Amino acid sequence: MLTVKNLGKTYKTGDRALNDVSFTVEAGQVVGLIGPSGAGKSTLIRCVNRLVEPTAGKIFLGDTELTGLSGAGLRTARRRIGMIFQEYALVERLTVMENVLSGRLGYVPFWRSFSRRFPQADVDKAFALLARVGLTDHADKRADALSGGQRQRVGIARALEQDPELLLIDEPTASLDPKTSRQIMRLIGEICTERNLPAIINIHDVVLAQAFTQRIIGLKAGEVVFDGTPDELTDDVLTSIYGEEDWTAMRRKDGDHHDDTITDEERMAGLA
Amino acid sequence: MAAEAVRTWRRPPILIKDWRWRWGIYAFAVIYLVLAVSSVEVNWARVYEGLERGWRFLQGFLVPDFTSRWRDIGSGLVESLTMTVTSTIVGVLLAIPVGIGAARNLAPLPVYLVCRSIVATSRSLQEIIVAILFVAMFGFGPFAGFLTLTFATIGFMAKLLAEDIEDIDEAQAEAVRATGASWWQVVNYAVQPQVMPRLIGLALYRLDINFRESSVIGIVGAGGIGATLNTSIDRYEYDSAGAILLIIIAIVMLAEYSSGFVRKWVQ
Repeated sequence: MLTVKNLGKTYKTGDRALNDVSFTVEAGQVVGLIGPSGAGKSTLIRCVNRLVEPTAGKIFLGDTELTGLSGAGLRTARRRIGMIFQEYALVERLTVMENVLSGRLGYVPFWRSFSRRFPQADVDKAFALLARVGLTDHADKRADALSGGQRQRVGIARALEQDPELLLIDEPTASLDPKTSRQIMRLIGEICTERNLPAIINIHDVVLAQAFTQRIIGLKAGEVVFDGTPDELTDDVLTSIYGEEDWTAMRRKDGDHHDDTITDEERMAGLA
Repeated sequence: MAAEAVRTWRRPPILIKDWRWRWGIYAFAVIYLVLAVSSVEVNWARVYEGLERGWRFLQGFLVPDFTSRWRDIGSGLVESLTMTVTSTIVGVLLAIPVGIGAARNLAPLPVYLVCRSIVATSRSLQEIIVAILFVAMFGFGPFAGFLTLTFATIGFMAKLLAEDIEDIDEAQAEAVRATGASWWQVVNYAVQPQVMPRLIGLALYRLDINFRESSVIGIVGAGGIGATLNTSIDRYEYDSAGAILLIIIAIVMLAEYSSGFVRKWVQ
């Protein structure tokens, strides 16, 4: 369970990215974080694992207060939080397996990771995860040899290899085509259900957010302006988040591809 | 439609907007160049003599004599190559920690300043000057040469490595950091894979720089093929000198081609 209390972030330049943001994410809940560019979505999720230092407020993961941790304490907390990135952020010259195993870096001492001799349990887990995301045959390929969708699957496997209690997902579909985007979102949703894992997905695509999340938080200029179910996200609410626009056109397009009943065969075909 | 005027376009001046300043600076540069060239005193008699000597040298080049001084050439060559290889390896190994410390995105400010000043010291002294110092300290011979080249290698490699580290894709480092990795693990998993090809390329490049430098610093007494070359020129044995120069060219070319090949292979 993640609790964010009165979170604020003001950058050194004086830009106020977040202001008095509070919310709670229960176990297993997938939250879509929407809002215009520069609304503070990226800053918000990076404050949670302290890649960005918040300037006000508190964040709790379970009973641990994440704000105020440093050194080994911070690393132990970070390994409980899996993160999936826009543009994948895989280490391109490492193999797929090394990228997945890097999810264990918070658990193993330096010499083990340096000599690539991870505990057998970690290796078993990595193979199981690669099988789960459909990349078993690609384990020894270099990460830059994969396609976009495959790379994002490696990113998901890396995050899950951490045995996380929370997933932070930053624009997972920003560089993927529409079909792969939906597959990735579906995969994330399934995994969160399987593991009863809470997730915060920072996403531009409102239609995708509505289709694959259980709750949506709307951010505008660093403040929460909407917090509710996808169904409550009406045109008026969208206008209050993004500004005036004809939203019906966007929704009509969405109606064309309701493919949630996709078969397993189709699903595997999309992995190529 | 004929009334429409033709719109001409010229690239606007970007650096100096005012035409008076622009032409003033050009005129100053030309006048200075003319004055500077006219102040150089050329002794044409000596130029003529020099050409004659140069011609003898060229003749020596055309009939290089590898055999009569082969023992000196051979031992000089072995000495130079030993110096080159050992100083490159030791220099690169020492340069890696200095380079990491000199990268602002990895090192805290005090470490950064110390490492940058090591780099600056090493780079501000030209090899010949360092060689003269080391020869004065440790006497003639290849040990002084080895120290000189190692010292120069540290500055060169550490600076370029640090710059490469500062240019890495931060997203990859951020992703590894987000897993709870320690500083060493971030260096090993996110930084090293990104800078390794360039590090190998630079080390090979430095290897062939060091070979060339080893023949220069030999002239001030730091051993190697340079010392042999110096001796043969002093003795007016231009045919042996020509042979030595040809060998140096051949080795540098070999290093050049093989390093290009290796660089492509490690990408």
